[in-house]
Amino acid sequence: MKLSIRKREALAGFMFVAPYVFGLIAFVAGPMLFSLYASFTDYNITSQFNFIGLENYKHMFTKDQLFWTALKNTLIFVVLGVPSYRIAAITLSILLNNAIRGMRVFRTIFYLPVVMSGVASFLLWMQLFSPSSGLINTVLGWFGIQGPAWLYDPFWTKPALVIMGLWAAGGNMLLYLARLKGIPQQLYESAEIDGANVFQKLFKITLPMLTPIIFFDIITGMIGAFQVFQSAYVMTGGTSGGPMNSLLFYNYYLWNKAFQTFDMGYATAMSWFLFVIIMGATLFNLKFSNKWVYYEGADLE
Amino acid sequence: MIGVLREKWKSRTFRKNFGRSIVTLILLGGSIMILSPVWWMISTSLKDMQEIMHYPPTWYPHEIHWDNYVKAWKAANFTRYTLNTLFLAFFGVTANVLSNSFIAYGFAKTRFPGRKILFGIVLGTMMIPGFVTMIPRYILFTKLGWINTYLPLIVPGFFGNAFFIFLLRQFYMSIPNELIEAAMIDGASHFYIWRKIMIPLAKPAIATIAIFAFNGKWNDFVGPLLYLNSEELYTIQVGLHHFKGQVATQWNYLMAASLMALIPVVAIFFTFQSHFIEGMDVAGSSKG
Repeated sequence: MKLSIRKREALAGFMFVAPYVFGLIAFVAGPMLFSLYASFTDYNITSQFNFIGLENYKHMFTKDQLFWTALKNTLIFVVLGVPSYRIAAITLSILLNNAIRGMRVFRTIFYLPVVMSGVASFLLWMQLFSPSSGLINTVLGWFGIQGPAWLYDPFWTKPALVIMGLWAAGGNMLLYLARLKGIPQQLYESAEIDGANVFQKLFKITLPMLTPIIFFDIITGMIGAFQVFQSAYVMTGGTSGGPMNSLLFYNYYLWNKAFQTFDMGYATAMSWFLFVIIMGATLFNLKFSNKWVYYEGADLE
Repeated sequence: MIGVLREKWKSRTFRKNFGRSIVTLILLGGSIMILSPVWWMISTSLKDMQEIMHYPPTWYPHEIHWDNYVKAWKAANFTRYTLNTLFLAFFGVTANVLSNSFIAYGFAKTRFPGRKILFGIVLGTMMIPGFVTMIPRYILFTKLGWINTYLPLIVPGFFGNAFFIFLLRQFYMSIPNELIEAAMIDGASHFYIWRKIMIPLAKPAIATIAIFAFNGKWNDFVGPLLYLNSEELYTIQVGLHHFKGQVATQWNYLMAASLMALIPVVAIFFTFQSHFIEGMDVAGSSKG
């Protein structure tokens, strides 16, 4: 049987993506379907699957106080973190784009915190935030400000995490820099001929041209922020949720439910609810994007 | 004096250079803010605990205690942890380079029904929260008996990673199709083309993937935390976390250990900076 060229190419194509498809079914789609089913049971890894319908979800919403605490903590973190990281990254990239001398050195410096990530950076910031011996309160002391107890003060724990994240704002900055380079110089030049000043150029040219990448960054940023876990886990020693549970984020609570008390059915229900929230937020952003995202024509690279 | 400045201000070049200087100054200030934690980390790691607790804290250690590093290293099984992490990183890099360069070729240079939809799925999976799949995967690996082994951390890497597939596909698409068509006229199969033509041409992109994969494995915390129970299997990240529990607030040892854990990834960063920048560039300039 002689296959046509088309068919042979299709067959080859299938072979190339086969590993991915297998992985997709085995490690993504399959598990997701399983966990969806498990969310309607009381599975706890040793027991059988007892179908209990919407019990898990009902318990989540009506009887579980910590669930609401965790959700609230995560939402606060999203609201604090997502805009501030974006603003920092955009500001940095615009500044960097304008400083011709030493640009590469600055870029390296600002990207360095991104590389220094992981448990080591969490430990570093635990020391930086130390109320008595840390850098932050020392510097605040220079200005006569009595710094708070940061990681021991329920009010300041989340802002502390946001500040730690801002240190690594250089990560997203690269995304914007790449885009900034693609903005045609003629736009700025003709604006200058028309007498535009710095702010007008910023708000009428630079920012609108950046909106597609800002949009992408906000979505990925939100998806990431909703899943905050590692920092809180390490910085609270992996057991408690921080002072007054202020660092008990949604995924942290989920983790405890799944791997400490092994309430897996309940935990999977929580994870699906988070999925729904993230989907909802993403869709909301998509819908809303028409109002403010400006898509240039095909001639922009 | 003001008069002179006013005159100078009228020149556009003067204004531009003035603006540039201000920007450079701001960036310098920012750089100091970014780098001071790094300095603090180094200087704390070299102090003794008394000096650390002293108020107000000093910026430069009075006595430099190089032996903090030795003590910290010996205080926990860091040699073992490092070897473990290197082992995992090696497999992570190999698996990702092989699988993703292979899979991305299928997306970039072959046509098959459903290709667009499947690639859409690839991108879509990047939006799935990790914890949705983490719990069932844990259950799966429990049933397979893979808990407390390295298998759950190694095996999935051979089946592709959405971000790397995306990056490599972008790169492949920039290689002209004529090259492939010419090879096919000479009778080459896609597999041959992939191995002998695309891989050598894609070396820069593959290097970028390798670096990101190494970093990912080196910094992976949740995976090892979840699947590894025996202390001799721990990776550096998990080891550091437990070290914190062990020494509580002995910041000098903690900072020393943390710095040692960071050296490989920082060294790689400085050596291969261009790869980091390029990787982000591709991601940034193609979205929209």
